[in-house]
Amino acid sequence: MSSLLIHSPILIIAIPLLAAFLTPFISRVSDRARDALVIATLVFVEFLVIILAVDIYRDGPHIYALGASSPLLAMPEHYMVPVRIVLQVDAMSIFMGMISATVSLAAAIYSVSFMRNETGKDKFYTLLLLLTVGMMGLEFTGDMFNLFIFLEILSISGAALAAFRTNFADALEGGFKYMCISAVAALMILFAVGIFYAQYNLLNIAALGQAIQYTMLDKIALTLLMMAFFMKLAGVPLHMWAPDTYSVAPAGITPMIYVASQACMYALFRVCFSLYGVTLNTLTIGWIVIVIGVLSMFVGVTMAVRQSDIKRLMAYHAVSQSGYMLLGVGVGLAVLGNPQALAAYGKQAMEGGIFHIINNAMYKGLLFLTAEALFYSLGTRDLNKMGGIAANMRYTSIFFMIGALAISGIPPFNGFASKLLIYESVYQFNPMLSVIAMMISIITLASFVKVFQSAFTGPILPHFRVVKEVPGPMLGGMGILTAIIIFFSLFPGLIVDQLIHPAVEALISRGAYINAIMGGMQ
Amino acid sequence: MTQGIFNIPFLAVAALIGIGLYIIVFDRNLIKLVIGITVLQAGVNLFLVSLGYRQHGGVPIYTNACHSNMVLPVPQALTLTSIVIGVAITAFMLSMIMIIYRHTGHIDAKKSRKLKG
Amino acid sequence: MMETPSGFWGPVPWIISTVVAVVIACLIRTLGEKEHKSGVQGQEFLMGNPRLPEEKSHIRAHNIYWGFFQGLRRYYEHATNMHTGIINDYIIWFLSLLAIMLMIVFVVEVI
Repeated sequence: MSSLLIHSPILIIAIPLLAAFLTPFISRVSDRARDALVIATLVFVEFLVIILAVDIYRDGPHIYALGASSPLLAMPEHYMVPVRIVLQVDAMSIFMGMISATVSLAAAIYSVSFMRNETGKDKFYTLLLLLTVGMMGLEFTGDMFNLFIFLEILSISGAALAAFRTNFADALEGGFKYMCISAVAALMILFAVGIFYAQYNLLNIAALGQAIQYTMLDKIALTLLMMAFFMKLAGVPLHMWAPDTYSVAPAGITPMIYVASQACMYALFRVCFSLYGVTLNTLTIGWIVIVIGVLSMFVGVTMAVRQSDIKRLMAYHAVSQSGYMLLGVGVGLAVLGNPQALAAYGKQAMEGGIFHIINNAMYKGLLFLTAEALFYSLGTRDLNKMGGIAANMRYTSIFFMIGALAISGIPPFNGFASKLLIYESVYQFNPMLSVIAMMISIITLASFVKVFQSAFTGPILPHFRVVKEVPGPMLGGMGILTAIIIFFSLFPGLIVDQLIHPAVEALISRGAYINAIMGGMQ
Repeated sequence: MTQGIFNIPFLAVAALIGIGLYIIVFDRNLIKLVIGITVLQAGVNLFLVSLGYRQHGGVPIYTNACHSNMVLPVPQALTLTSIVIGVAITAFMLSMIMIIYRHTGHIDAKKSRKLKG
Repeated sequence: MMETPSGFWGPVPWIISTVVAVVIACLIRTLGEKEHKSGVQGQEFLMGNPRLPEEKSHIRAHNIYWGFFQGLRRYYEHATNMHTGIINDYIIWFLSLLAIMLMIVFVVEVI
């Protein structure tokens, strides 16, 4: 058991990777066996993530040096720097890992029945597992170049999945745009990695964090990294790929690509907090993050109200909700150099932002799944053609309602808890930002009222009389996410104390992150 | 002057990245856009390799090593990985363009678009 | 219970108080007239117009919030025009934001 625990960081990445390339072979034997293998792999990954999480929250971060005689030996003897590739898993990484594992599992279960009538499913599941690998690797890695590699794995598999339904021309277009912006963003990251290597001869994030000087070249590298991650996480005005890609991806995949964007947001936070930390000009960089966050909130939600394609509407909401996270964590970053302000409201703003990540992954995932359930049953994504389907799709309507209330921040749902934390703490930093955030929340509610009114309520349209509820596994996938939302809604205090607070501490305490690798030297 | 000659690779890097970005920004032909990304990749790869160069450096192989001074091996490993990824991306994007062309009959970014607003 | 900077949030007290409020509202409602509304009182009145068939009476999505979009017409024109859907423009946004950020990062250091 303990050796499983020690090796779990690499197993979480290696097992889906192995299973990904096993699925085409199993697929030749039988479809059922392949589905079972995929689900079993993801359940096992979820299990590993949870046991690792329990251990990390109890005993502190894990490191795993690849190729070392002992995986816990980050620093080889007689060396001054860590030369091996190191996986470094702290509370923040494993927190994101739990989100990715859960959403991947729900997406796979949902896809089993959603993809039943499609061809090429062997490749579909290979890509799905590779996307999981990419997210997990991005969240667990402690190495800048490795981060680039996993970002590319994530981008390629994400783009291939978004373009999976090649019989639709728009699916190809969405996938191509995603790949294009990912390729450019990843090259910028590689350039930044080159700048770091030129200056410090290091690739390890912790070792770089110890050596970093914030010279002119470091500033260029920081800007390149930040912009690349903003592009990947769809912050306005770099959000334009997001509605195009999210709206065309197959159902289960949209939440996964969204969570992949959140993984890129994690990478942004890791770079800002652990790599640069207080060496950078925290006020400036913090305000850049805040401004992009506020712009994302505003533009995302105002564009969302206008859309008539239901998935495009949800995609714009995804952009808008990312803004809340950037706002919360940006306030924390802006006051990072000021211990009093950090203790007074900075930490709580970050808790709000990071709590919003997990809340949002769950209810946004649920909303994407319900939107695609409508598409599955009705054959259209156009809201103008829908009406009165609540009568025939009861469970889907209930799931939609829970998701819509949660995303609009209506108490007692979990969206309210995280938004309350953000409003109250951001108010102490700058009252205007808090007012804007509340206003955005109202428009969010308004747009979901529009969807509910036009699609679900009213007299049922004649040609939808024969519409039936979606099959069981699809309801199961939505049910898992709904159950998690209700759990989070009922125990927000427990979640914040047990999960969010350690994650925020791990993000803020840069010294601990560096010491976990470089500790052997002092 | 001897120092200056070692900056030529970096000038080439700047030129390649500039050309790559120029193509990506100004050319609406999707295939040329992929070419632009490839040129950009070449620029970044050249950057990685050239920053690992040391003056009068030899090949970093320890068997039969005749130089005391070796070029850095790590950037070369990074570049190799990056080239492999680059090939995968190029092939993937070209195959996507092929299907886009089949659907829309255009390989122009403006004429083949369906998603906007 | 979740601590916030200036108080706390607990869903359970909120749910209990909501349930109590609903019960009180229902109690007050039972005090009202119990007679069934029949005859002309129960019929809908649409400005004297004849009643539409069911499928036509549904308000479609594009009619909702018409006034809001009309009021913000100029903003929406700009916002939709900016989102051209051409991949080259996305990269232009990226590069221009990159340039602006570089300027900000360097200028702030000078001041």
